[in-house]
Amino acid sequence: MIQVPCPWCGPRNSMEFRAVGESKSRPDVSTTTPEQWRHYLYTKSNLADWVTETWYHRAGCRRYFAVERHTVTNDIRESRLPAAQLRRQSDSGS
Amino acid sequence: MSTAVTTGRRLAPQAGEVIDRRAPLSFRWDGKTYTGFVGDTIVSALVASGVDVFSRSFKYKRPRGVLSATFHDPGCTVQVGDEPNVRAAHRRLAAGMEVSPENVWPSLKFDVGAANQLLGRFLSSGFYYKTFIKPQRLWPAYQQILGRFAAGGVTAADAEHGYFDKRYIHVDVCVAGGGPAGMAAAVAAAESGASVLLVDEEYELGGHLRYGGDADLAALAELRAEVAVHESIEVMTNAAVTGRYDMNWIAVVQRQPGISVQGHAIHERLCKVRAGSLVVAAGLIERPYVFAGNDLPGVMLSTAVRRLVNLHAVRPGDNAVVFTANADGDACAQDLRRIGVGVTVVDARTDANIRRAEGGKRVKTVELADGRRVDCDLLVTAVGWTAATPLLNMAGDRPQYDATAARFFPTDRLAANVVVAGALAGDGSTSELVAHGAAAGATAAARAGHGSEVPAPALARVPHPELYRSTTHGIVDFSEDVSSKDMFSAKKEGYDSIELVKRYTTVTMGPSQGKLESANAVAIMAEAHGVSDFNEIGTTVWRPPYVPITLGALGGRGFENTRFSPMQPWHEQHNAKPLVAGDWIRPEHYGDPAAEVANVRRSVGIIDVTPLGKLDLRGPDVPKLLNLLYVNKWSRLPIGAVRYGVMCAEDGVVMDDGVTGRLGENHYIMTTTSSGAATVWEWTENWLQTEHPDWQIHVTPVTTGYASMNVAGPKSRELLGRVVSGVDLANDAFPYMHVRTATVADIAGCFMWRIGFTGELSYEIHVPAAYGLHVWEALFDAGFDLGVVPFGVEAQRIMRLEKGHFIVAQDTDGLTLGFGADLGWCIKLDKDDFAGKPELVWQSRRDDYQRLVGMQPVDPTIVPAEASQIVEGTKKIVGRVTSSRMSPTLGRSICLGFVEPRLATPGTIVTCQLPDRRRVPLKVIEGLAHFDPDGARMRI
Repeated sequence: MIQVPCPWCGPRNSMEFRAVGESKSRPDVSTTTPEQWRHYLYTKSNLADWVTETWYHRAGCRRYFAVERHTVTNDIRESRLPAAQLRRQSDSGS
Repeated sequence: MSTAVTTGRRLAPQAGEVIDRRAPLSFRWDGKTYTGFVGDTIVSALVASGVDVFSRSFKYKRPRGVLSATFHDPGCTVQVGDEPNVRAAHRRLAAGMEVSPENVWPSLKFDVGAANQLLGRFLSSGFYYKTFIKPQRLWPAYQQILGRFAAGGVTAADAEHGYFDKRYIHVDVCVAGGGPAGMAAAVAAAESGASVLLVDEEYELGGHLRYGGDADLAALAELRAEVAVHESIEVMTNAAVTGRYDMNWIAVVQRQPGISVQGHAIHERLCKVRAGSLVVAAGLIERPYVFAGNDLPGVMLSTAVRRLVNLHAVRPGDNAVVFTANADGDACAQDLRRIGVGVTVVDARTDANIRRAEGGKRVKTVELADGRRVDCDLLVTAVGWTAATPLLNMAGDRPQYDATAARFFPTDRLAANVVVAGALAGDGSTSELVAHGAAAGATAAARAGHGSEVPAPALARVPHPELYRSTTHGIVDFSEDVSSKDMFSAKKEGYDSIELVKRYTTVTMGPSQGKLESANAVAIMAEAHGVSDFNEIGTTVWRPPYVPITLGALGGRGFENTRFSPMQPWHEQHNAKPLVAGDWIRPEHYGDPAAEVANVRRSVGIIDVTPLGKLDLRGPDVPKLLNLLYVNKWSRLPIGAVRYGVMCAEDGVVMDDGVTGRLGENHYIMTTTSSGAATVWEWTENWLQTEHPDWQIHVTPVTTGYASMNVAGPKSRELLGRVVSGVDLANDAFPYMHVRTATVADIAGCFMWRIGFTGELSYEIHVPAAYGLHVWEALFDAGFDLGVVPFGVEAQRIMRLEKGHFIVAQDTDGLTLGFGADLGWCIKLDKDDFAGKPELVWQSRRDDYQRLVGMQPVDPTIVPAEASQIVEGTKKIVGRVTSSRMSPTLGRSICLGFVEPRLATPGTIVTCQLPDRRRVPLKVIEGLAHFDPDGARMRI
């Protein structure tokens, strides 16, 4: 079992988390096509490389966050706030 | 040192013996009484009493005695009481043990030659596949015979319940192996400031030093003393590191840990260790030599002899041939001479060799390569070592063979948080191994954040003869009875990779899992292929577990929650039948669900619905969230109103449903299905945290904060009028689908809403959980004269089916999109956005999906089993029954189910195939409701 560094709680066993999957941005629902939408729903790039994933600390702080994990070595180089929260912080310029 | 023999085969006291001669123990073996000492293993006590044979081999039923005198000894597996597969060369003797042999059909003493003649020529590799596969009709007869051959002990149906436990351990450094290098590593790591877990398979620390000479014993005493002074070292013996996983998640199985839980001794404990660094100091395992007769009782490894003599003071024979290729073999010969055993040395370093051993139930004669024959009752082999590399394999390494030293060595492919110590890395004197271990320990500590790394002094690779097989064929895998001849045949039959040969012959696949035999298997494969470099053959990859773990230890003590509502004591007093629903235990009924239905329809009943998921939503942006999660519209929900909503996932599949009420300007309560409570909360948080962090909303789960009860039936208003204050219950003041905060039975802070899952006038009351039982009892006291009775989940299921209310995941599945569940009336495609909207837009343009419909069997007495198929002709499935019950209200059977769109028109007769293959007609009804389709009863 790997350890996941929660940005709020520190390193914890992965069983405390739900691995949500690769982080993806949701298509605009008013213009999306079936191909785009289903790509968003079902297709995983499944890279043997560094990937950005979303994890949820369900048995801890109940926060969603982004993790940079290497899928071959399970090394984790960064965990941070979800993209939308980072955008919001930078938008507010504070 | 004394050379006198005392009673039987027990020797005079030995310097390093672990037995306590003041503490004799009586036990039984194969029906007879024997005596041993505290500190004896089962096997050492029996050998001391002159017993040679402990089991019959797996296939050929050959007698087997001591080979390695360790946990892994393949011939020493026995039954102890009702515990099967006990490793008798490891398990310590206890008073009164009832020990019996396993796998001894026809019997332990049956004539050997007969068994071999009977079985030998039939049981080559692949014999089962080739012989028994056809004709299939004879398989039952084969099975009866083959069953006799099955290995293993017996489990008794009335066996005593076993108790097991789990433990989580966090340490800086975990050391696997408590020999000189492991002990030194633990001490060095501790001195760097690291916390250490030191694990060893044996009952005491020391490894091979324990059965060595005086210098070894002196070094051992010194190392043990150093370990003992460090409080930061936890020593765990009779335990094994069975697996190493990512980021040094390490499984340790601890046998008979000497603790008890609730008065029961724990049999095994699974320790889950997270370690900064892992030091692998697993050492070397002596390997057997392959020659004809190598599995005869009396043929032993040099380390087995030294264990028996030096640890247990047992004389393993009277006349020995010692075939030695190394210093350990020489030391064994010396030990034997010291205790007065006659020794003939055959020195492999002078190119002498042994060809075969002969004997019946014990070795009698050894034939040497030069043709000489030597009579003996003990043949000792010391032909080299198998590096115990399983943990290194698990850490990513693929050890490489070194022909000069005749064994495998680790490479540099290891994960950085795994460090090799001691003999796995090379050969050395005790002090050299200790120095190597100390450096490894300091490095391991440094990599876990304590002190600094110390370069390990190089250990030599001392040249050793490559000795695997003589000129005759013998047993390679003692557990599985696989011979070198079998492996040659497998090669001839075309199995050319070691992984295929392993699976075909089952070599290395038995209980010893290759610990004794893997190097020999590789060598014999290389020989069969005519290659000299073993690395061309490769090795099979060792996987966890390193040693067997009982299923009890894996199951251990469960940590799952069991949830009860505050009203549970009342339910138990009133004979509720418990229903397991996820984590929750709920009343299924209180004796007669049909009567409970009738009572609700006639007067009033109360059901405990505490498991209903409840989320408290606060903030000005809550309507935005509701609009996003639910398929219907929420922008204009007035304060005091309640609305039903359905949630779909992003693939348009129905995910959950429930009601949400608005209690104040910025205050809402959302309810979810009982099973969906956790999922919906995570779903809600996902949207708020990852998509809309700018929305001002705070979500608090209050599922267990409130006890919830539904008061249902035409007399529910009258009942509530007696206990509720502060709310006008009149129909026009508190109409259907509205919510009020109220004081109920003097408890303030309750809220109640009028909804109608059962189809009756009903109020769902949510009470601060601590007062749940009080309010529940007050309701029954107040309603006694109204005929109030409790009802359970089953009555509620019947009533909702009468009303045609579907249950998510019962009447829908992972392919049911919103429109298929007859939800067109509430899906609002004109909203800008909501979860699953694109899929629902596309579904609304199609007409090819199955529809949820109400159905009634034409014969009202037939209740089709749920999941029965709707069929057409003999090959076509056109729908299914999702819910089905006998309706006490209507006196007939009623169903919900899916049918293809062309069959969804009311009045259509469809064919349902029952599990007994009978086919019965069902009629599709108008809408989903079988009873009160207009909902008049809910609005009175």
